Amino acid sequence: MRMSLRTGDLVPVVLLAGLALLPFAAAAADEPFFTTFFARVLIYAIAATALNVALGLGGLVSLGHALFLGLGMYSVALPAHFGIANGWVHLAACVASCGVVGLLTGYVSLRTSGIAFIMITLAFAQMGYFLVVSLKQFGGDDGMAISAASEFFGFSLSSGNAVYGVAFCLLVALTVWIARLRSAPFGVTLRAGRQNARRVASVGLALSRYQLTAYVLSAVLCGLAGMLLANLNAYASPSSMSWMVSGELIVMVVLGGMGSVFGPFLGAVAFLGIEEVLKAFTEHWMALFGLLILGVALLGKAGIAGLLARPIRSNSPAGRGAKAPLLAESGVRP
Amino acid sequence: MTFSLLLAQLLNGLQYGVLLFLLAAGLTLVFGIMSFVNLAHGSLYMLGAYAVAVVTGATGSFALGALAALATGTVVGMLLESVAVSRLYRRDHLDHVLATFGLVLFFNEVTRMIWGPQPLFVALPEGLSGTIEIFGFTYPAYRFLIIAVGLAVAVGSSWLIHRTRVGMLVRAGSVNPQMVGALGVNIRLLNAMLFALGAALAALAGAMAAPILSVQSGMGEPVLITTLVVIVIGGIGSVSGAFYAAIIVGLTDTLGRTYLPLLMREFASRDIANAAGPALASMLVYLLMAVVLAVRPQGLFPAHKG
Amino acid sequence: MNTRNRWTLSALALVAAAGVAHADVKIGFSAPLSGPVAAVGQDQYDGFMLALEARGGKLGGQPAQVLREDDQLKPELGNQIARKFVDRDKVDAIVGLGFSNVLMASLPRIVESGTVAIATNAGPSVLAGKGCVPNVFSVAWQNDGSAEAMGKYAQDTGYKRVYLMAPNYQAGKDYIGGFKRFYKGEVVDEVYTQVNQPDYSAEIAQLQAAAPDAVFVFYPGGMGVNFVKQFSQAGLSKKLPLLSAFTVDGTTLPSLRDAAVGTVSGAVWDVALTTQGNREFIDSFTTKYGRAPSAYAAVGYDAANLLDIAVRKVGGNTSDKAAFAAAVRTAGSELQSLRGPFRFNHNNLPIQNYYAFQTVSEGGRITAKLMGTPLPEHQDAYAAQCKPR
Repeated sequence: MRMSLRTGDLVPVVLLAGLALLPFAAAAADEPFFTTFFARVLIYAIAATALNVALGLGGLVSLGHALFLGLGMYSVALPAHFGIANGWVHLAACVASCGVVGLLTGYVSLRTSGIAFIMITLAFAQMGYFLVVSLKQFGGDDGMAISAASEFFGFSLSSGNAVYGVAFCLLVALTVWIARLRSAPFGVTLRAGRQNARRVASVGLALSRYQLTAYVLSAVLCGLAGMLLANLNAYASPSSMSWMVSGELIVMVVLGGMGSVFGPFLGAVAFLGIEEVLKAFTEHWMALFGLLILGVALLGKAGIAGLLARPIRSNSPAGRGAKAPLLAESGVRP
Repeated sequence: MTFSLLLAQLLNGLQYGVLLFLLAAGLTLVFGIMSFVNLAHGSLYMLGAYAVAVVTGATGSFALGALAALATGTVVGMLLESVAVSRLYRRDHLDHVLATFGLVLFFNEVTRMIWGPQPLFVALPEGLSGTIEIFGFTYPAYRFLIIAVGLAVAVGSSWLIHRTRVGMLVRAGSVNPQMVGALGVNIRLLNAMLFALGAALAALAGAMAAPILSVQSGMGEPVLITTLVVIVIGGIGSVSGAFYAAIIVGLTDTLGRTYLPLLMREFASRDIANAAGPALASMLVYLLMAVVLAVRPQGLFPAHKG
Repeated sequence: MNTRNRWTLSALALVAAAGVAHADVKIGFSAPLSGPVAAVGQDQYDGFMLALEARGGKLGGQPAQVLREDDQLKPELGNQIARKFVDRDKVDAIVGLGFSNVLMASLPRIVESGTVAIATNAGPSVLAGKGCVPNVFSVAWQNDGSAEAMGKYAQDTGYKRVYLMAPNYQAGKDYIGGFKRFYKGEVVDEVYTQVNQPDYSAEIAQLQAAAPDAVFVFYPGGMGVNFVKQFSQAGLSKKLPLLSAFTVDGTTLPSLRDAAVGTVSGAVWDVALTTQGNREFIDSFTTKYGRAPSAYAAVGYDAANLLDIAVRKVGGNTSDKAAFAAAVRTAGSELQSLRGPFRFNHNNLPIQNYYAFQTVSEGGRITAKLMGTPLPEHQDAYAAQCKPR
């Protein structure tokens, strides 16, 4: 592994450092909203990073990851509904449900590839969505309130700060782990399989097992994001399982740059951040947002991470670098 | 379950199927030949519906409205192709998803900016607003027009693909685009034409659906998902596959949602059947796709064997 | 009464004396302003702003500031907006709160903070019953109300066999339940369709074959446009009475026109009402926005007037949230609602009239006609479950 940071890594690292300080600044300024807002951003960054394990490493374009986000949410909501606030139970339910569902759907889905894979993952997610919507005793379409937050040995995820802290640590750990995973034999095999499946097979590696492992891992990690989201919102709603959410997760990953370690994180920050910024300017922010996304796709520099990786002048101060995703966005020419 | 009711339901399924086919035909060609994932196909459908609403509202003629929809689809399709799509052919599928997702947001918001959030009014074509009696059952006359247009397009596209030179190139292109290009065919022009044709068909589908559906911003997305299901079941790149799959999906969905809840009542209590029946019916199309893909990943009627 | 008036007066005097010392009244307004039901959200907002403007931009004599947010019909976003209003903007009251699922997802932070929240579009059964809270109001309706009114109407009209249809989600089941609470005749069938289903031809064929005396449906927004259009195109609108709730309303009527003629709707308001101030409201709304108002606009209008009374009651001092919530409750009884008699029940949901309106064509103009008041000064079925905390 290389030891020095490239310019492309500078921005996300500075951004992460800023996010580490954010709850303290928010508390000092008596603006707790920022903590909860960015907690949501961090949770989506975790979900996008989780998706990237399947998407970026394995080349498995899953349009059904909202299913796992939803499973994670209901792993908190259902036990809480029956009065179980033990976080370990929630965690076990989340890992078990996402693991089993991931294994089953992954096993069937991996029989296909390409566009068929996209559609079959979508199909499974839609089935899960319609199932939850029809469960009247658990709120159905209205979703269900979560009266008891997950509690781990007395540490409760009931406050925005607690969720923020856990989400931040999880995201950093996940990012570091994926950076290592990429160059570990597991990651290399997956990436090789993405480029040339036949050659991997000819070396004697059972690629589909690696892919299935990546898919299940990605599902479980996405479930963890769902758990955090449920605790943050104190609410679980099937709308978080709709295919639009799956699509948005893909867009976050691709927008950020799916080849890179930081891409999904940058994508989530940009996606949710730009939405918030544009909303302040115009009611018709979606038109601008759509054009921006189109622009990034047309530029085709492997997302924001790719744009940042272009050599920038060494005298560019780090403070300005922190705003670079936005600057890079606004620099898009139609 | 009387015979005339079953017949009416078969007609409903057929009508839904041909509407899906209008959308699926263009999408499957763009998918199969240019290998381009176009999420904005639903937006073209929406634009077609808006074109009808506006032109029919102003002139009072549905035929003019439908022509305007075709023109809108063709022009917007050509514009999209030259400005954005043609630059993305060689890229990864995910870049296509990103770009067209952006376009979906853009089109939805622009229609809302211009026409507001309220649904628009579209009158039925004069003379087709009544009903037709079949075996003691009344059926909306306009729906026969939809079926007729859909079948005409199916026959026309079959002729285009199997009997013309362009069709031959299309078939060749769906198997091996590089080879077609190497043989000196202007593949760029072929692509642009195909994309515009697909866009026009999507707009036509929107035009045909406008008098029976609510014409509003965002109407394209739900139908897009079903269309994707159709082309995957049919086999990507295969227009005839898209036709059969559209009819299968149309019938499955229609018959499933009417008879499945009734069937469930035979086995379970009414309460359980009322809860599970509709849920199962909404999953049915996805279930069908999952089974088809698990057994035949290339789809039921693939464009080329192997 | 006298002492209270004197208190109010002295409070007002204090306010006047304090003058600029009082901060503005800050209102957070959230509604679905984009997506398939944007028309509903827009009407609520426009109605609210119309009333505010008529009062010179003031509520209870205090300059009012309205912050607007679009919940996009996403519960998660509603939750975030509620946090923003409470934590960042520190608003005095939250108005709007969108559809039931968005409202329910927004509640956790609102309940925790005690900030006054006034829903203008939803009154889910949980909020009306076990989950009632002192600081959350619905100035609109309890969700079942309009359906209950239609059930009563069907019962009173003497329909023997009724066919019921709704989307397969929570609200759909609630509405069917509400209808059946007051309708005692035979239910031929209950059909639940997929949410946002565009085509109902298959269901309409089944319905035609079942040959009921009447049909009751609940299809809000675009679903309603689709259903009613197709129902009419199948030639059924002349043969079969169509009763509905939130299906044919001010937002869908412009795109339905003749297709809706003959349908009967249960609602708390329509243009046909002759309540005090209604004519002026309809005229000024139509002049300002170039379209006829809907019940959503009328509720938005009422919400602003309700806040006006409540802010006046607390003399502009909204910092005591519990007192402000209590003021909103009592303000309900003083509100001159466009809908007629109005007051809050102990569960903070309205006790009001639920009317039956028929869509009619008068000289080529499509409008509503009052058919009766099936449920006068009606309270919801869940109030008994609401235990004050």
